[in-house]
Amino acid sequence: MKLNVQASMAIAATMLAAAGVFAPQIAEITGKAPAQMAAEPETVAIAAGSFELRLPGEFLKNDYPVDAPLQTTKVQRGFAIMKYQVSAADYARCVADGACEAPEANAITAGDDMPATGVSYRDATAYAAWLSKRTGAVWRLPTDTEWAYAAAERYADDALLLDTNSSNPAERWLARYRSETSKSEPDPEPKTRGHFGTNAKGVADIAGNVWEWTTTCYTRTRLADGAAQAESTDNCGVRIVGGKHRGYMSYFIRDGKSGGCAAGMAPDNLGIRLVREPDSLLARFRKLLPAKIA
Amino acid sequence: MLTRREALLGTAAGTAGAVLMAAMAATPALAQVPAADIKSLPRQKVNLVAPPFVHEHEQVATGGPKVVEFQLTVKEQPVVIDREGTTMRAMTYNGSIPAPMMIVHEGDYVELTLVNPETNEMPHNIDFHAATGALGGGALTHVNPGEQVVLRFKATRTGTFVYHCAPDGMIPWHVVSGMSGTIMVLPRDGLKDGNGKQLTYDKLFYIGENDFYVPRDENGKYKSYETLGESYEETLNVMRGLIPTHVVFNGKVGALTGDNALKAKVGDKVLIVHSQANRDTRPHLIGGHGDHVWEQGKFSNAPAKDLETWFIRGGSAGAAFYTFLQPGVYAYVNHNLIEAAELGATAHIMVEGEWNDDLMAQVSAPGPIRAI
Repeated sequence: MKLNVQASMAIAATMLAAAGVFAPQIAEITGKAPAQMAAEPETVAIAAGSFELRLPGEFLKNDYPVDAPLQTTKVQRGFAIMKYQVSAADYARCVADGACEAPEANAITAGDDMPATGVSYRDATAYAAWLSKRTGAVWRLPTDTEWAYAAAERYADDALLLDTNSSNPAERWLARYRSETSKSEPDPEPKTRGHFGTNAKGVADIAGNVWEWTTTCYTRTRLADGAAQAESTDNCGVRIVGGKHRGYMSYFIRDGKSGGCAAGMAPDNLGIRLVREPDSLLARFRKLLPAKIA
Repeated sequence: MLTRREALLGTAAGTAGAVLMAAMAATPALAQVPAADIKSLPRQKVNLVAPPFVHEHEQVATGGPKVVEFQLTVKEQPVVIDREGTTMRAMTYNGSIPAPMMIVHEGDYVELTLVNPETNEMPHNIDFHAATGALGGGALTHVNPGEQVVLRFKATRTGTFVYHCAPDGMIPWHVVSGMSGTIMVLPRDGLKDGNGKQLTYDKLFYIGENDFYVPRDENGKYKSYETLGESYEETLNVMRGLIPTHVVFNGKVGALTGDNALKAKVGDKVLIVHSQANRDTRPHLIGGHGDHVWEQGKFSNAPAKDLETWFIRGGSAGAAFYTFLQPGVYAYVNHNLIEAAELGATAHIMVEGEWNDDLMAQVSAPGPIRAI
């Protein structure tokens, strides 16, 4: 748990900090010589740009929950993201190498055609580390911003657009329930690769029935009201999952269906889609060398 | 046939008649009525409605006893019982799990036509816990595929009662495959709070809870079967372990959540009838109460007041009367929370209306911990 008491700019910084927590882990792993190079998963190049992002997390104004601010967000440099979700077969290879834990028994699907499901945030980061080692490139989970940007037209604004003056807390509960119910009729059976088609940016199956882990931590922000400064509390025990609606999941949950709260709609499945960092000079050099020397 | 109400109001009768009536009024439902007189009673044909709803009915009876006709058709069919698409070879009355609720008044005659279509595999029957004799009617209602039978019984005791299939040698299998429902016998003058005050409900929610026992294959996946016969032995093995794979409301995990969540308004008086034919359960309305609860479901007993959780014995149905006081999304659960959250026994009720700050308020919203 980390406490930020900052001006309103703090929110984007918080998200970057969350990504930063993760980055050193990758550097350490890829610093070792990769034992064996593996084929690179197919990626889609996402160009730099800017878009309207409904900020993640919960927001309070004058002690009442409100919709998160809509913020024009710049993606400074482009990135490469996996065209498809990590497949069950890919994940099984990581399990076979002893680098990943077997997915939840109920969620086992097999084959290159099926997405890996029944995986937690821990599993997802372990897979990223393993894939980085295998390929010599740096693979990591996307941030919530990157995920939303790559999801393009499939990224669902989760604002409820209610009258903010109401002092009836039940209005938001009921509206949230209706909104999530309408967006996701339960459809838990994982579908074959490509079933949900590609979005405008060429990313396949995004916002289908497998939610994808991001590095972004849950944040609760009390918005400035003129007198008080904005302040926020992070809980990195809970990470955001991207899908038909934004989900908030404890890092160890593998089955989103039972990871939800008493009266909310949970993700159908939890899976993985990774971002590849541009190669560093050192990595590019290593790739030129025969495996034995490297 | 005379009800207590009619007997007390029967001022038009002569003195001798009044004495006779007073004697009968002490046990009105038990007075034997000649068959010819039953034939002369008014008849009412009721079309049953699938749960969680119930057919239209009067809470306070107008007029005297009647013969109420119902029909149940046995449907053996595969049903999906969870979000993963697990398919169970089910046996049902009228195709729903639980079977529809029948509602009559004390002193009415229930006349049931039980149809077992030729396309079915199994013989079936029906045991009404509300009925007296012949194993609840079970001994008089055995029907093979291609047969039908008509049973009449007198509703002599008030309350909510389970009915279920009870064929020789296979009773539990038929019950945990879906063959149970509920009949509610209302007092002729409606429900009372125990102090003589009338309780009138705006809505009735009929929650049938079922425990299912679905075998798994060697990979841990739930099995499905082509026929009931094929499913029998392995299902029985799971049943004998006494640990259900599913505990659900309305036949399926999530049958009463999301788009199918129940709906009410602040101020609505709701009667929630909870029926479990096989296994104990403990309903709880999260954020609410049972204002007046007939835990055992029998209206001759005064209801318990202000319950947090109530206990429904396996093989019985109970009723809880509640007035919603706050808006919000309520969860109605079996408060063995493992069964509620992991096995499926959760319903949601969306309640609209004005928030009552006096009953509850968030004095300070969540924020950083301050020095105290």
